[in-house]
Amino acid sequence: MSTVAEMFSSPLMQRALIAAVIVGLAAPVMGTYLVQRRLSLLGDGIGHVALTGVAAGWLVGNAMSLTPHDALAIPGAVVAAVIGALAIDLVRARGRTSGDVALALLFYGGIAGGVLIIGLAGGTTANLMGYLFGSIATVSSTDLVQIVVLGALVLGVGIGLRPALFAVSHDEEFARSLGLPVRLLNMMIAIVAALTVTVAMRVVGLLLVSAIMILPVAIAQQVATSFRATMRLAMGVGVLVCVSGLVITYFRALSPGAVIVCLAIAVYAGVAAVRPLLVNRSRARAAQAAFDPHPDHPDDVLVAGIAGSGPLVGGSASGAADTRATTARE
Amino acid sequence: MNRRPSTNGPDLSEPVIAARDLAVDLGGSRILRDISLEVHRGEFVALLGANGSGKSTLVRTLIGVLPPAAGTVHLLGADITRRAGVPWQRIGYVPQRSTATAGVPATVVEVVRSGLLAAGRLRPPRDADARVRRALERVDLADRGHRAVAELSGGQQQRVLIARALARDPEVLLLDEPLAGVDAANQASFARTMAGLREDGVTVLVVLHETGPLAPLITRALVLRHGSIVHDGEPPPAAPGHDHDDHDHLHAHGDSRDEHWADERTHGGDRPTGDRSAIRITPGGLA
Repeated sequence: MSTVAEMFSSPLMQRALIAAVIVGLAAPVMGTYLVQRRLSLLGDGIGHVALTGVAAGWLVGNAMSLTPHDALAIPGAVVAAVIGALAIDLVRARGRTSGDVALALLFYGGIAGGVLIIGLAGGTTANLMGYLFGSIATVSSTDLVQIVVLGALVLGVGIGLRPALFAVSHDEEFARSLGLPVRLLNMMIAIVAALTVTVAMRVVGLLLVSAIMILPVAIAQQVATSFRATMRLAMGVGVLVCVSGLVITYFRALSPGAVIVCLAIAVYAGVAAVRPLLVNRSRARAAQAAFDPHPDHPDDVLVAGIAGSGPLVGGSASGAADTRATTARE
Repeated sequence: MNRRPSTNGPDLSEPVIAARDLAVDLGGSRILRDISLEVHRGEFVALLGANGSGKSTLVRTLIGVLPPAAGTVHLLGADITRRAGVPWQRIGYVPQRSTATAGVPATVVEVVRSGLLAAGRLRPPRDADARVRRALERVDLADRGHRAVAELSGGQQQRVLIARALARDPEVLLLDEPLAGVDAANQASFARTMAGLREDGVTVLVVLHETGPLAPLITRALVLRHGSIVHDGEPPPAAPGHDHDDHDHLHAHGDSRDEHWADERTHGGDRPTGDRSAIRITPGGLA
C-alpha cells in the first residue's frame, strides 16, 4: 500500500493522472461522433498532420531562440491539426476525392512533413519520438494547463452541443432540412476532433491517438442501445484504461500509450466474448420483433420447436408474391 | 394537435409550396427542367412517376437540401435556397431511409428528438418529451421509444422517420417514398397517420411509387416523366378491381420494382413509367 501512496504523492504522477483522466473523458466524446459519421480514421489522419505542426513549432521556437526548443510544439500541433481536419471535411463535403484517398494524403504528407521540418530545425527524428508515442510521464505544469483548457473545451462542445452534433452526424440531409447550420456544425466537429488529438497527444502519442478516441466507443456500442449511453460508457472506459495503463507503467517501465491501447483492445475482446451474456432478454425479444415482419399480428402458422415462426409466414407470403410477379411478366 | 392560429400572419391564399422555372442538375446532367408548381394550404398532393423520373430530386430541392441550377423555391413564403428567414419549425421532411448512417446505436426517442431542432434551436425545447411521445403515438410506436432503431423492422424504422418529422407539428410535410419496402400492417398504420394529418389541415406532398392505401386521401396528383411534369390535376382513380389485400400482399413481400418493370414490359414500353394499380403514363398524358 505504501507504494500506491507513494505513487499518488508524486507530483509527476499526480499531473500524469489528471492528464489521463481528462484525455480518457474527452477523447471518446469526439470519438463517438467520428464513429457515427464513419470517420474512425479521421483522428489518425489529424494525428499525422499534427506531427508536421509539432516540427513546425519546433522550427519557429528554434528561430526565436525559445527555451525549451519545443515550447511551440503544442500550439504548432493545434494549428496543423485544425487545418488538416478542416481540409478533410472540405474534401468530404465536396465529394470530389474519396475520403480514404484524402486521409492517405494526410497520413503520408503529415509524417514526411514532420521529419523534413524537424531536420530543417536542426533536430533529429529522436526529438519527435515523445510526440509519436506519448510522454505522459514528463507532463509539466504548463502542459497540464494546456491539457485542462483544451479538454474542457472539447467536453463543453461535445456534450453541450450533443443534440445538434448528433443530428448532423446521424442524418446530415435531414439536419439540413431542419435548417441547422450543417456546414458550421461539421466544421466544429472537425476542429474539436483536432483539438482532441492534440490533447491526447501527450498521453498516448500521435500514432496511437485515434485508438483512445475510437476503441472506447467500439467497446461501448457493443452493449449500449442509445447514443447517449454509448458516449457515457465510452467515457467511463476511456478513463478506466487511461488510468489503469498509467498505473501499470508506474510499476513496470513500459510505454504508457502502448499499454493503454493494448488494455483497450483487451477490454474490447473481453466484451465481445461475454456480450451474448450481457444482452438481456428484452433485446433478444426486440431482435425477434425486428425479424418478424408483422409483430403486431399473431402468427397463423406455428412450427414446433421454433419460437415465433413469423419469418416462415413471411417467407411463404414472399414466395406467393414472387409467383405473382412472374405471372405479371408473362 | 396544436395548429398554429392563422390570425398571426399566414396568408391563406399564398401557396405553401411554390416552385418557378425550376431546373436541377445532378452529376453534370439535368435531372429536372421547367418545373413550376404551386401547392396550397390543406392540399394532399401525390408526386408520382417512374424510377429515375426525378421525384426524389424534386422533393429534395423543394425542402432545400439540393440547390437548384435555375429557378426559385418558396416554402411558406420564404425563399428556401437562401436559407434565411425560412420558418423551419413549420416544415417537416421525411427522407428515404437510406440517408441515415448507423455507426453508433440510437434509440427511437433520440432520433425523434432530433426532429425538434431548427435553425437557432440547437437543443430540443422544454416540452420535447411530451412532443416526442405524441409523435410516437401518432405512428403507433409509443411502446418502442427506448428500443434501438436498428432493432426495429424496416416498416417500423420508416415510421420512426415520420414521427421525427411530426414531432415539430409541421404545417407542411414533404415525404419521399414513405411506402417503399413497407409491409401491409405498416402501410395501414401509415395511412391512418396521414388521414389524421389531413384532418388537421396539414399540407402534404408525398412521393409515391403506388398510391396504395393513400389513394382516398389524395386531392391532387403530379406526375413526373424524364424530369418534367406531364400531369397536374385530378388524382388517379383507383384501378378497377383493385384488390387491397392482394395489392398490399404484393407490396409487402415482393419487389415492387420488379412489378413495375414487369408491368411495363407487358404494355410494350421501354422504361418503367408509372404505377400498375393506379396510373399509367403515355406520351399524351394519362391513360
